[in-house]
Amino acid sequence: MVNLTIEGRPASVPEGLSILEAAKTVGVLVPHYCYHPGLPVAGVCRMCLVEVEKVPKLAPACATSVLEGQVVHVHSPKALEARKGVLEFLLINHPLDCPICDQAGECELQDYTFAEGRADSRLREPKRFTPTEDFGGDVLYVTNRCILCTRCVRFMSEVAHDPVLNVSERGDRAFIGKAEGEDLTNPWAGNVVDLCPVGALLSKDFLNKARAWELDRAPSICTGCSQGCNVVLETRDDVLVRLKPRSNPSVNHYYACDVGRMSYRTFNRRDRLQQPQIRSGRGLQNVDWEEALAAAAKAFAGRRVVVVVSPNLSNEALFLLERIAARTGGAGVFRVSQGPEVPLPGVPDLALREERAANATAARMLGFTEIGALNGVLRDGDALLVVDDALVNADASDLSRASAIVLVGTAMPDILAERAAVVLPMANTAEEEGTLTNLRGRVQRFMQAKAAPGVARPSWYVLGDLLQAMGGTEQYYLPSDVFAAMVHTHPAFAGLNYHALGLMGALAPDAMATVTAGGVN
Amino acid sequence: MSHGPSASGGALQATPAHTHHDVPHVPVFVGERLTELHTIMSRYPSKMAALLPALWIVQDVRGWVSEGGMKEVAGLLALTQAYVKGVVSFYTMYHQHPVGKHFIQVCTTTPCNVCGAEDVVHAFLQQTGCGELGQTSADGRYTVIEVECLGACGFATPIMINNAFVESVTPEGVSRVLAELD
Amino acid sequence: MGYPHKSHERESPVLSQYFGDPEARTLAGWRARGGYEALQKALAMDPQEIQTIVKDSGLRGRGGAGFPTGLKWSFMKPDGKTHYLACNADESEPGTFKDREIMRWTPHGLVEGVALAAYAIYAETAYIYIRGEFTEPIMRMEAAVQEAYAAGILGANALGSGKRIDIHIHRGAGAYICGEETALMNSLEGRRGNPRIKPPFPAVAGLFGKPTTINNVETLAAAPYIVKHGAEWYKQFGRADNPKSVGTKLFSVCGNISRPGNYEVALGFPFKDFLHDLCGGALPGRSIKAVIPGGSSVPILTLEESESALMDYEGFAAVGTLLGSGGVIVFDDKQDMVKQIARLTRFYAHESCAQCSQCREGTAWTTRIMERISAGYGTSEDFDTLLSIAENMSGKTICVLSDSCATPVVSGLKKFRGEFEAKIQISRNKVAMPGLPTPPGAPSRASAA
Repeated sequence: MVNLTIEGRPASVPEGLSILEAAKTVGVLVPHYCYHPGLPVAGVCRMCLVEVEKVPKLAPACATSVLEGQVVHVHSPKALEARKGVLEFLLINHPLDCPICDQAGECELQDYTFAEGRADSRLREPKRFTPTEDFGGDVLYVTNRCILCTRCVRFMSEVAHDPVLNVSERGDRAFIGKAEGEDLTNPWAGNVVDLCPVGALLSKDFLNKARAWELDRAPSICTGCSQGCNVVLETRDDVLVRLKPRSNPSVNHYYACDVGRMSYRTFNRRDRLQQPQIRSGRGLQNVDWEEALAAAAKAFAGRRVVVVVSPNLSNEALFLLERIAARTGGAGVFRVSQGPEVPLPGVPDLALREERAANATAARMLGFTEIGALNGVLRDGDALLVVDDALVNADASDLSRASAIVLVGTAMPDILAERAAVVLPMANTAEEEGTLTNLRGRVQRFMQAKAAPGVARPSWYVLGDLLQAMGGTEQYYLPSDVFAAMVHTHPAFAGLNYHALGLMGALAPDAMATVTAGGVN
Repeated sequence: MSHGPSASGGALQATPAHTHHDVPHVPVFVGERLTELHTIMSRYPSKMAALLPALWIVQDVRGWVSEGGMKEVAGLLALTQAYVKGVVSFYTMYHQHPVGKHFIQVCTTTPCNVCGAEDVVHAFLQQTGCGELGQTSADGRYTVIEVECLGACGFATPIMINNAFVESVTPEGVSRVLAELD
Repeated sequence: MGYPHKSHERESPVLSQYFGDPEARTLAGWRARGGYEALQKALAMDPQEIQTIVKDSGLRGRGGAGFPTGLKWSFMKPDGKTHYLACNADESEPGTFKDREIMRWTPHGLVEGVALAAYAIYAETAYIYIRGEFTEPIMRMEAAVQEAYAAGILGANALGSGKRIDIHIHRGAGAYICGEETALMNSLEGRRGNPRIKPPFPAVAGLFGKPTTINNVETLAAAPYIVKHGAEWYKQFGRADNPKSVGTKLFSVCGNISRPGNYEVALGFPFKDFLHDLCGGALPGRSIKAVIPGGSSVPILTLEESESALMDYEGFAAVGTLLGSGGVIVFDDKQDMVKQIARLTRFYAHESCAQCSQCREGTAWTTRIMERISAGYGTSEDFDTLLSIAENMSGKTICVLSDSCATPVVSGLKKFRGEFEAKIQISRNKVAMPGLPTPPGAPSRASAA
């Protein structure tokens, strides 16, 4: 370990660490742009200059290793002057776009200028203007705002292994360029928008949608595939507007893929089930919860219940469904759509996975069977409980054997519009709290980001009540109660504690994990 | 004035064959030139290091570096086109568009500037019929630009015409320089 | 020698003795002049011995940095790794044109120096990086390398020593910044010519990640003479009272001077004699006003300051400038210093690689202010801004191009303040340009109508 002093605070850090990272360990932020812990060090923005005692020149904190006994001043007059100078230089050609720039409110140029920049401009020359360019995929490049930190170039080259971005030209004519026929359609390319410290790289999807300070944020887990990337769901007025990655060194480092990013839209669909309903002669009628739950329990009484579940349901929901199937001697099945796997080569064990659902692993761990088609699943007389599966490609013959169909879900599958006997509206992943299990057996929490429509209730709440209506004795007041019951019942989850999962999750003991180099912690 | 072949990267011809359009791009690296490229590649432990020499061959053969040329080089050296473009745009001697048959580059950096380099530039602009710096003359024969220090400061004003280096050019001598061009 | 002029008796022609002699360019001619004897001698020695001789000789890098060459070579140890030597022939510092002459008149001299140095640093491969504009030097060097291979001087069994020495010529493509040693390595590797952050240092991880030494042409050309005649011989050139600067140096003289050319003198030569005696002084009817002694990146001297200087590293430092590359640029009374300094800043702005914020924006901003002042639209607040920008551009970047742009502005404002003030006077008499602030005291556009 190396011992040094940073801004008067003693730090003890491993050898080889940079001053910038060492400063983080003692709660000191060294302002910077081009440095990013997920990218190779560039040392080009010169923003992280700090004063090191007994060294004549200022040191770039991101590119200077700690030394025993160093005394580092981050906010000395010399360092502040130098950083003020850098900010002034960056603002020479940078347009005063804040009023129309998406990055406002989450812009590092704004932040550091407020903190350490000049209050006035000394520029007496006209500013340059360069037009905006479409980089393909979801990315727009506003050349005029670029501060050439090169994070985007380094990400595409060193992390995505797809060097389709370059720095073109020289001097103050330089800009980020690309070639005809090569663009940012790589599924991981959207990360450059997050990496960009200013509003030069923007998401076309998010363009002009909301101001950063209008957003409410909730930590969640992406449901696009089985990787289980940690994300933040951002809402404006209770509508999801953006999904961004949050950092988890064991799962997704700092990144999310575009499939995941765009998956937020599914949570906004308007054709939601909002009220409990029972079918009568006049079709589906709105009823209250007690009535609907009683009707569902009655439909199941004395029958085998076959449960067709969505592999995006939470661990808690799946556990309760497994209980329902078990107490009726029934079965649980699921289908999961597939897509091509797209790894992010620069990060160990990170990919857009073939399995395009978040919780198929838990479904398997809890005893559900993966199937291809629905026919042959039901026996005569079975009751069918469909839980948030859209029953795509199902036909009438698949369902004809069911004595009754109960739907618990977020939306009405077409084929059930005339067939569901009881409808119980459910919250989606953005509207409730719970846990999911990724392909490596990591159990991770997700938080509620927005309100469910109508009187739809969290999935575990609905299913817990349904289980009770069917004669079960357990009473679940919180998702953590359900989780505890699951841990108690299934050895595959033994030893886990809902309250100890935190925001990084924990591995299930029976994790079907492949430990890769530097990967699973 | 023009100098002979260079094994380091293409023939340094004074007047390369000009192609003003490069669509469709006819491959440069065929036959002997491909062999030459392989010889060059063998001098370095990485393919990427042959990039500047390869680009010189493209420019010396075609007169400029087109998108097609960059794509061809990228393919041969296992690089992306964006990468090659980033390199091409960094170095001022590669031009990404066709220029006049005689590409006249006049040094006007301070040591030559104090010796009247700007007068040499004006003389060239006038006598070639080029309206402005960087513009090719109507007959396609000349393009005149200013360049930075050519490393021959004691022989002011030095100029380059394509790959040929001419020392000690004066405004009065411009007409003779032009007369010797074909 | 004062090529293209005849050698002056006070010169010490070592590297330049054959400038202008076409026979010296051929292998036969070079051998007839004692060429390749030094290499033969060196190949029979242990590399450590050669490193010691060069260290003892006091040879310092002649490209501009003046780093002791023997010390630089000593960073290369027999570690079993692949080593590389790179010869920096990117000569682009305004005012400097000596390496060009070495290559076009004594190409075998450079081949010999490169081969010798490669052997001394345990390298089997050397690259000579020549700037793209140097067509004739490239041609001469390639011819010389070919002759050397044909004669068995280079190749798998250099001069029968059993050692391999390969030399490859690599042509640059127009970038001053590639003369910075780490940028040169990037350019050689087929990348943009961006300087690298250090550490790692080239001797640890340089070209292709291997230990590398980069030396200037003039430095390498001197090495064979030192090995042949010994360290003591080299040390005899120089001031007796300054052992830190020894040997001869090629000074490239240009600008408003009677006899521009390359002059080789012993370090420590009095600058006054050099300018007026060897170089012939000012052109007829003119007088010298300013001199930049070491390439455009070193502080400008007034005539008085230059006349009191001794031409070595310490001598120039003592008068507030640097020896640098030894490119002597002379300005006479007819020159507009503001305009020429603006032209210099334009050079740096054109050449900035764009990595560091201060350089990318600062060189361009400085140039625009300087050109505005030069055109007569400046204000006195611009002076304060220029100096502040210069301060922010100095000592804070990956390489010193940024500092080099600031230097002529700072020294110019300090020593030629009057010319700057005169420009402000001009602007006071002008109507404001649209889009620019009204110069102080100037009539506004409204009232001028």
